[in-house]
Amino acid sequence: MTNAMKVRVLVRPKRGILDPQGEAVKRALPALGFSGVETVHIGRLIEMEVESADEVEGMCRRLLANPTTEEYEWEVVS
Amino acid sequence: MRIGVTVFPGSNCDRDAMHAVERAGATPVELWHADPELKGVDAVVVPGGFSYGDYLRPGAIARFAKVMGPLEEFAKSGGPVLGVCNGFQVLLEAHLLPGALLRNTGMRFVSRRARTRVEKADTPWTALYGEGEEITLPVAHNEGNYYADEGTIRELEEEGRIVLRYLDNPNGSANDIAGICNEARNVVGLMPHPERVSDPALGSEEGLRVFESVLAAAGAKV
Amino acid sequence: MSIQETYASLGLSDYEYDRILELMGRAPNYLELSLFSVMWSEHCGYKNSRPLLRRFPNTGPRVLQGPGENAGVIEVGEGWALAFKMESHNHPSAVEPYEGAATGVGGIIRDVIAMGARPVALLNALRFGPLDDERNRYLFREVVRGIGGYGNAIGVPTVGGEVEFSPAYSGNPLVNAMCVGIIRADEVVRAKAEAGEGNLVVLFGAKTGRDGIHGATFASDELTEESEAKRSNVQVGDPFAGKMLIECSLRLLERNLLVALQDLGAAGIASSASEMAARGEVGIEIDAEKVPLREEGMEAWEVVISESQERMLAVVEPEKADEVLKVCERYELDAAVVGRVTSHGELRVLDNGEPIGSVPAQYLADAPVYEREVQRPSYLDEAQRFDPDDLPLPDDYNEVLLRMLAHPSLCSRASVYEQYDSEVGSDTVVRPGADAAVMRIKGTKLGFAVTADVSGRHCYLDPRGGGAAAVAEAYRNLSCVGAEPVAITDCLNFGSPEKPDGYYGLSECVDGMAEACEVLGTPVVSGNVSLFNETERGAIYPTPAVGMVGVFEDVSRHATPGFKREGDMVVVLGGIPRWPREGHPLSGSSYLEVIEGKVAGRPIVPDLAAEKEAADLVRTMIRSGLIDTAHDVSEGGTLVAFAEMALAGGIGFDFAAREIERFADDKRHLQEILLGEKGATFVVTVPQNRWPELQEALSGANIGYDDTGYTGGDRFVVPGLIDLSLEDLRRARERDLFEQHAPEGGHLG
Repeated sequence: MTNAMKVRVLVRPKRGILDPQGEAVKRALPALGFSGVETVHIGRLIEMEVESADEVEGMCRRLLANPTTEEYEWEVVS
Repeated sequence: MRIGVTVFPGSNCDRDAMHAVERAGATPVELWHADPELKGVDAVVVPGGFSYGDYLRPGAIARFAKVMGPLEEFAKSGGPVLGVCNGFQVLLEAHLLPGALLRNTGMRFVSRRARTRVEKADTPWTALYGEGEEITLPVAHNEGNYYADEGTIRELEEEGRIVLRYLDNPNGSANDIAGICNEARNVVGLMPHPERVSDPALGSEEGLRVFESVLAAAGAKV
Repeated sequence: MSIQETYASLGLSDYEYDRILELMGRAPNYLELSLFSVMWSEHCGYKNSRPLLRRFPNTGPRVLQGPGENAGVIEVGEGWALAFKMESHNHPSAVEPYEGAATGVGGIIRDVIAMGARPVALLNALRFGPLDDERNRYLFREVVRGIGGYGNAIGVPTVGGEVEFSPAYSGNPLVNAMCVGIIRADEVVRAKAEAGEGNLVVLFGAKTGRDGIHGATFASDELTEESEAKRSNVQVGDPFAGKMLIECSLRLLERNLLVALQDLGAAGIASSASEMAARGEVGIEIDAEKVPLREEGMEAWEVVISESQERMLAVVEPEKADEVLKVCERYELDAAVVGRVTSHGELRVLDNGEPIGSVPAQYLADAPVYEREVQRPSYLDEAQRFDPDDLPLPDDYNEVLLRMLAHPSLCSRASVYEQYDSEVGSDTVVRPGADAAVMRIKGTKLGFAVTADVSGRHCYLDPRGGGAAAVAEAYRNLSCVGAEPVAITDCLNFGSPEKPDGYYGLSECVDGMAEACEVLGTPVVSGNVSLFNETERGAIYPTPAVGMVGVFEDVSRHATPGFKREGDMVVVLGGIPRWPREGHPLSGSSYLEVIEGKVAGRPIVPDLAAEKEAADLVRTMIRSGLIDTAHDVSEGGTLVAFAEMALAGGIGFDFAAREIERFADDKRHLQEILLGEKGATFVVTVPQNRWPELQEALSGANIGYDDTGYTGGDRFVVPGLIDLSLEDLRRARERDLFEQHAPEGGHLG
């Protein structure tokens, strides 16, 4: 693709939403000897190459994140 | 009566739903995801499975399939729509029902029999059950933990829109919610699988009345 | 790298390389060498096991297809047939348990699709090291998640299985997956490219990447620290594509668009094409550049041996090719004409028209065969040396029973099977937790039952007896639910055949299994061999896994183990073995392992005639409607069998006092009766008013039986020995095998 730009979208559970994956990892880390872990949240990283960044916001809102449970941010990385 | 059953790539309870529809005395009609038409059916079942592999989020991609446009219109004009399991997830993603289904709190896929209570018999999909009747239905899911913000939960409770409740909550669902309906009560989403207990050969028919209800509601019962 | 280093790195021996030179009459290039390497591996070529496998019977009145195809096929009735096969994915699962198990399930499903059958049931047989070890817990958890992750999503119910734990499997877990598919008997597809010259070869499914290059050779090597580093070899499964592949393949067959169909497994396009060519006695040319790719810059040789999952290869008449591609498009699968059938008998790979490799398909299909000396290993005498008279008598049977029920190898499997969707498809009549799964065939009264049984400990102590015992147990399990056993598929999991101990175990087990299959009338119709199951700590137990399928004329006439009614008589019945028999009921028993911590002694050598007589009688009584409750006595003896039946039905049990009094002076005999394992034994229940009918049914048979007690109440009582509430038993048995173990890494998604 010509003139493609790379966009990185980060989707994560909204604050206050139960995140059982994060909880499980948080419990597991001390068992492996890593102490001092206060919070763990697990989200999704989506990388796309797009011709223009104009539509990324819409993509996030309509498909990539579920506004009921998730929040998102995105950036053009190159 | 003709009842449509949607088929998305990755649906896997479509044949089971069609079998239950047939046993209830209606004619099942396959609604292929890529065809933007409902073929004039009188009701629609969105069956379980892993539409689009449950990739991204369960139901998130199926919600944009071509069949969903006419389905949404049908639902908004009062047509009876039932979503089961992954079908429930699709209806939530499509905003035909409020809330979301999160990962089970146990972090595992849960496949077992769940005891439930039918809370409301005033939907086209529960009309033949008694309110308060206890039935045992199979559950089989990874993301069945119903979530909505406090205001929405309160609204659901106050408006009597919690249709089915778990007696032994298998997934951490808020308020033991196993199924809800929309404001107009024609759209119902259930996490358990009534179609799997609709045949005496498999030992239970406790789910068959879900499908018989919609026939009765339409006055088309033969 | 020298030539020798090159072929050695591909897993070929000096002897094998010389033979290739001789066959080809020239030095092979790297691609050609790779083809030999994968096609002559144990996984594809059975070079160590072929002479042994010939000992299995493989014909029978219901057998439509025996070994040699993608799966065996048996007839059920009314034109219906079942295709089934079991296959191992041990080595990939040891390295990457989630994907290893998932792709194992995917692979066995595709074998069944390749016969034209719709997959309707999955089973698995698993072995892990003890759960007090973190790595074993990780492997166990991830394998179970992988099986569920794939099976649940693809929409084929996982209806049964088997799992046990023993130090012999630490670091070398066993992951055997079995699939059963349903098909009309006259529509069985075979993987021959027979329609000959001019037909086209179509690849459809997922795109091809660099997955698992040389995975097949890797699966036939011993596991070492080094194999951990080979992680990139392991393929990744995509159950969504797998689901589309099922529907697409069945649609193509239904519309009569294919001449032949073959799944892609080990060694990818190359192995599938060469198998099709060899079976059809034709040649196949593959145009590597036409294969739809997922990665850039792949070499042609990588393309043709890639093990990317969820792909099938079909032979198609030229005029139907467009239609085939169109159907694939409907299911959102990639598809392309990638080659053609020729008359030259060679598997030829072309890259933009340039031949880059060419081998006669017969050479690839004709792996060398190694027959080795069978030499009784020295460990056996040591292991069998055990005098049951030295065994202490239990001083507290309450404690014995609770400890046994709570043991990881005997406790409830619910925490495993509740992670599997066992009902999708709406055909599951008896769900996991019974002796065998029972399935119906929609629109008929017909049904089938299926079980997976494994006997590692027994085979370690007595390979021949253990091999027979695995088949006998499967036969009992099917008979207990009321099905007529028809045929088996097997997975032979063994150590290195290049070591005398390993080859002895394999050879003896096969003999024991073959004899049992003969006597019980259950031929072997498909199977798989997994050798070199060794770690730096040594070989696993010799472990044959048996998947047996049986049929019902009327599936509504089936039985389950749970007590059904209060006040039923509980009857133990058994074939009377011809004495004297070698072995002892407490030798090699679960009791000995769980309570005394010993795996020793020679277990009772199965009396196959007695097994058959007792099992056939139980089945006849289920079919006639006389009994609806039956359970076989296997691991843990009658005591554990009673407890399992009480818990499954939620009804208590009272053991008859006179039985205990009878043996008041012979406590050893009592111990054997309650805890021994001697085969050919069942527990059934019957309402009291039908007791005369049961006696009538048993009279004349060479069967011993005893009314040992009654169902009822909520306690489990053996007078003077045990008095426990069902709740006590439940708490002991209903353990969560995954509890207390948070994830230590690996998959989170």
